[in-house]
Amino acid sequence: MPTLHPYPSPFTPHPSPSMLSRVADSIYWINRYVERAENVSRFVEVNLHLLLDTPVGTMQQWEPLVVTTGDQDIFKERYGEPTAENVLKFLTFDAEYPSSIRSCVKSARENARSVREIISSEMWEQLNEFYLMVEAAAQSNEIAELYAFYPEVKIASHLFAGVMEATMSHNEGWHFGRLGRFLERADKTARILDVKYFILLPTVVAVGSPLDNLQWIALLRSASAYEMYRKCQRTINPSGVVDFLVLHPEFPRSIRCCILQAEQSLNKITGSPVGSWRLSSERSLGKLRSQLEYITLEEIFQTGLHEFLDGLQDDLNHVGSAITENFFGLAVSA
Amino acid sequence: MFNSYDPGDFYDELFVSRGVPRPEAELLIKRISDISIDELMLRQQMAQNMLFKLGVTFNVYSDNQGTERIFPFDVVPRVVPSNEWQWLERGLKQRIKALNCFLDDIYNDQTIIKDGIISRQVIESAPGFLKPCLGLKPPKGIWCHITGTDLVRDRNGNWYVLEDNLRCPSGVSYVLENRRVMKGAFPALFDALKINPVDAYPSELLASLLHLAPEGIPDPQVVLLSPGIYNSAYFEHSFLAQQMGIELVEGRDLVVNDGYLQMKTTKGLQRVDVIYRRIDDDFLDPLTFRPDSMLGVPGLMDVYRQGRVAIANAPGTGIADDKMIYSYVPAMVRYYLDEEQIIPNVPTYLCENSQQQGYVLDHLDQLVVKATNASGGYGMLVGPHASEPERDAFADQIRANPRGYIAQPTLCLSRVPALINSEFQGCHVDLRPFILNGEDIYVNPGGLTRVALKKGSLVVNSSQGGGSKDTWVVAAAN
Repeated sequence: MPTLHPYPSPFTPHPSPSMLSRVADSIYWINRYVERAENVSRFVEVNLHLLLDTPVGTMQQWEPLVVTTGDQDIFKERYGEPTAENVLKFLTFDAEYPSSIRSCVKSARENARSVREIISSEMWEQLNEFYLMVEAAAQSNEIAELYAFYPEVKIASHLFAGVMEATMSHNEGWHFGRLGRFLERADKTARILDVKYFILLPTVVAVGSPLDNLQWIALLRSASAYEMYRKCQRTINPSGVVDFLVLHPEFPRSIRCCILQAEQSLNKITGSPVGSWRLSSERSLGKLRSQLEYITLEEIFQTGLHEFLDGLQDDLNHVGSAITENFFGLAVSA
Repeated sequence: MFNSYDPGDFYDELFVSRGVPRPEAELLIKRISDISIDELMLRQQMAQNMLFKLGVTFNVYSDNQGTERIFPFDVVPRVVPSNEWQWLERGLKQRIKALNCFLDDIYNDQTIIKDGIISRQVIESAPGFLKPCLGLKPPKGIWCHITGTDLVRDRNGNWYVLEDNLRCPSGVSYVLENRRVMKGAFPALFDALKINPVDAYPSELLASLLHLAPEGIPDPQVVLLSPGIYNSAYFEHSFLAQQMGIELVEGRDLVVNDGYLQMKTTKGLQRVDVIYRRIDDDFLDPLTFRPDSMLGVPGLMDVYRQGRVAIANAPGTGIADDKMIYSYVPAMVRYYLDEEQIIPNVPTYLCENSQQQGYVLDHLDQLVVKATNASGGYGMLVGPHASEPERDAFADQIRANPRGYIAQPTLCLSRVPALINSEFQGCHVDLRPFILNGEDIYVNPGGLTRVALKKGSLVVNSSQGGGSKDTWVVAAAN
């Protein structure tokens, strides 16, 4: 397919004020990083809670957390054994690992600093405080204090989203931010579901056992989904949880819901009517949205949940690169 | 509470002598005295916290951690009576006029050289003299649009110009933020004191930038060009862009295309008409100046020469910051304006002149030696405070590169009380007013008072442990 240039000619004047590509890029990434930090907290929390419920004598499982990040090679090289302490350090405070909570918040703040005249002062101040809070926590060595730290990260992330909603004009930049947040969230909900895939049950018979059940509950909780799930499903079983976290049209962390919201913002940015596309990013996101609208649970399990989630993550990466190409990396032939 | 404050053997900006405030500061001193020391310390801390929370910070170059610090803020304002201010204002306007004539002259007809006022060698040996700028005719004939001139007072209260900053002077954001913080922390102090407001600065700046836009453009696009978040003055760049409502851009956002300067937006390229640049001359255009510059825009100078974009300050103005050129300003005022200089220069010894160099080397323990092309308090020796080996090392540097150094007598800078550890201590200050050269010349009333908070220190630069104060131009008491 030939790549379409975003606009017929880059030199025609545009009536609506446009924004710098770099600025749009920064707002998009501020939101992705904040959302990423929040979700790393969620991963870790789900595991901490699972451990509390694990019967005595069962092996503690921390490796799945590293596997779901996709960065197990970096981890092995730097830390070796996936002990609780190593994994927590790696995911939480490692300043050299770009997806640790600390690095994410730092990157979000750096990006915010470069666009602070565009975003609202409240957004900047909230992010600055978030950063100072994480940096202060990073100085402490008490693992026990981490139990309180992860919820704080989640709250700070919610605060940021709320402050942005309430203090920044809902303009093009705001939509870029929202686009980033929902794409990131969709990706991370997929990974949270995938954690379960990597957690080993003692025996095959244990599928459907009370232990299995507990793990699904912990997983729902980590996505703040347990209560909402209960309101629409009576029993907790794999297909119910997958249905809820992948296909629910209204739960704000379900993948389908995230994709819907992301698409709305993309449409606002481009001005294309819903259901049509001019840019490659619009096409790949629209395609993904309709796939999620029409796929059935049976089809997902036929493909295999892990394989389905893998494919979904690939599609999301594809959307991400299309956005970068369409908006941030303007190619100019000088 | 000021009873124990001793102005000492210095010119104190607030006190005539112990317990006797200057008339213009009388009300201020009375009001401050009504607040307890603990309360003052508390509010000072509040003000600092506010600055930190707002991220009003600067980066320290030597510290590669990229650590951000706030510019320490002292709550006792510095007061300038309005009659004195009017005199300063006249002097500053005169100086800017003369410097602008000078810049236009040396990059074009060079009559000042032909008439033997300054030798060609002095001009051409200045690192700030940029050959590619020869023949340039900047829009409206303005070269230095924004200037920050450093003023000091000696032991007798006489004003001097210490330095000119025409490249890209910084500090004005602190003037505006300090005033805001003062109003928040001490609203009662402002009551009935007729303090000249400073808030007009961003509007005046925007007006003078719009003044430069090429003719016939209905809604000119003005941008502020910054080196990015790691620059020590980044907060100011972002602040000014926000206050003026203009786009803050970095070199990578800009490109020369189709003969115009354009910025990359999410909807394609868009023309830029005026640049307020906050990067040095050398970095503006790698095709014309430093080829390794990543901060500028390749081809920018060509577009500028065509008159298709305006740049403030004009490239080439850096020569006026040269401390050897500085010593010729009185001559420029006479030559171009046929006037005598209003605010005098500090007497300056040129190390290039062998007689003067001899004097400098013999009196290093009494003089301040400065590198002619440095700023920010870098490359400087304060003779009386330096050690023997430090002075010897400097002497060697001077002999090796005499054009690179000038020397001045160590001025005993005036002082203002500052609140340090629950008591008032006299601290040395300077003053950097900001001058805009647009349709008219505008001087923002007041300026940045920088204060040396290290005891006895004469170096006020933020990079060297200095702080700042709010500066009040007030109507003199009847």
